[in-house]
Amino acid sequence: MTALLSFRDVWVEYGDKIVLERVNLSVEAGAFVSIVGPSGAGKSTFLRLVLGQEAPTRGVIDLDGAPLRAEPGRDRGVVFQRYSVFPHLNAVENVLFGLECEGAALTGRLWGPKRRTARERAVAMLEAVGLGAALDVFPAQLSGGMQQRLAIAQALIMRPRVLLLDEPFGALDPGVRLDMHGLITDLWREHSLTILMVTHDIKEAFKLGDRVLALDKRRHDPHAPHRYGSTAVYDFPLENKARG
Amino acid sequence: MRRLLNIRPKGASRFILGTAPLIVLALLYLLASTAQHALNPNEKILPTIGAMVDQVRIMAVQVDPQTGSIPLWQDTFASLRRLGLGLSIATASALILGLAVGLLPLARAGLGPLIAAVAVVPPIAVLPILFITFGLGETAKIVLIVIGVTPFMVRDLAGHIAAIPEEQIVKGQTLGASTWQIALRVALPQAMPRLLESLRLSLGPAWVFLISAEAIASDVGLGYRVFLVRRYLAMDIILPYVAWIALLAVAFDLILLTISRRAYPWAHPGRSR
Repeated sequence: MTALLSFRDVWVEYGDKIVLERVNLSVEAGAFVSIVGPSGAGKSTFLRLVLGQEAPTRGVIDLDGAPLRAEPGRDRGVVFQRYSVFPHLNAVENVLFGLECEGAALTGRLWGPKRRTARERAVAMLEAVGLGAALDVFPAQLSGGMQQRLAIAQALIMRPRVLLLDEPFGALDPGVRLDMHGLITDLWREHSLTILMVTHDIKEAFKLGDRVLALDKRRHDPHAPHRYGSTAVYDFPLENKARG
Repeated sequence: MRRLLNIRPKGASRFILGTAPLIVLALLYLLASTAQHALNPNEKILPTIGAMVDQVRIMAVQVDPQTGSIPLWQDTFASLRRLGLGLSIATASALILGLAVGLLPLARAGLGPLIAAVAVVPPIAVLPILFITFGLGETAKIVLIVIGVTPFMVRDLAGHIAAIPEEQIVKGQTLGASTWQIALRVALPQAMPRLLESLRLSLGPAWVFLISAEAIASDVGLGYRVFLVRRYLAMDIILPYVAWIALLAVAFDLILLTISRRAYPWAHPGRSR
């Protein structure tokens, strides 16, 4: 297995506050990594690093063997807890968005046969996430779970190298959350995705991931708690997960 | 007993509640006008309905032999042309500047302070400068409207765009969108309903600037006419003109609201059918 994503001695500091220190890890293609940790342990910062919303203060992050650009790009798809879909576009248009940006640099819109082909792909993707009956519906009229399904379809259609999930099921009802667990596991196997998921739900982390990373501070100075940052304190590979 | 704030009028009762103050106001005016005319048949401050109807006939139907046109329509056309041009220029610049300032930190750093500085200058105080620079013609009046409403619209729109959740902007980038594509397909569509809303709010100030400019230097226009006949205490002309201006303002407001609801149904949740 080759490392798809690797962190080498990564530090993140804000002024004299250290958030992440000495993070060294690598993620293989096809892995489903759950990231857990207490509030303030740098889970969000970790995700922002991978997304490219932030650059490390020190250290290197490689994606596919090349240094990661500190800017979000189409090699990394994302689903946030909220606000992941565009409220002014209906379900199909939301999924079409990426394809249209790819196909029409100037207008950001496809027409004619190109649009029909792209639309067919978008519809197929929506059917795969169980939204085949809600093609023309705006996000505001979709339930929370359906909005997350839409956000997943929107990200997956661009075939990202890594799919980042930021507390994706945190705002959902328990029943809906179970359905979503089934959906994401199926998608992971079918599309052989590489997934990084941040969650605060430890059961969810162990249920879904084939590897669980716990971020926390290894050292603690009671007089200056901000001087020590978090790193991966536990790294559990879960061998019993059947991989597709 | 239900709390006052939980009593919601519906249907007919709501309609009656809404029209009652208008009817009461009209009745009060009629009473006052009749009483004054009983005391003094030459009363000018509270003209009778009959006198106003006569004047409306003169202003809105008869051709003025001196100018060869009907005054009310000539005034309305001139004023609406100024208002339309001024608001079109203001809306177009607000859209471009608001998008740039709201979306691009570079533009915000460069233009933000300038726009904030221009916004605090009272536009009417600039009017003399405009008359000196552009002369007493149409340009100065249109520029006054533009200067008067653009800074508000730019700031309103920029604030709205800056408040688009960061998640959406990041998501757009992870889907491969460029700055231009995000501006065009994420920010612009979400800006449009807000732009129409801020245009509706700007109609009031725009009328104020228009009528001020017309009152000071003009030879045609609704504001010009009102201030001209003021010299003769011609309340029987002023009142119908003011009512006409109010009617136009309400009509524009409704038209803009309808456009927004039709074109951007997602921006009016609960109203969509």
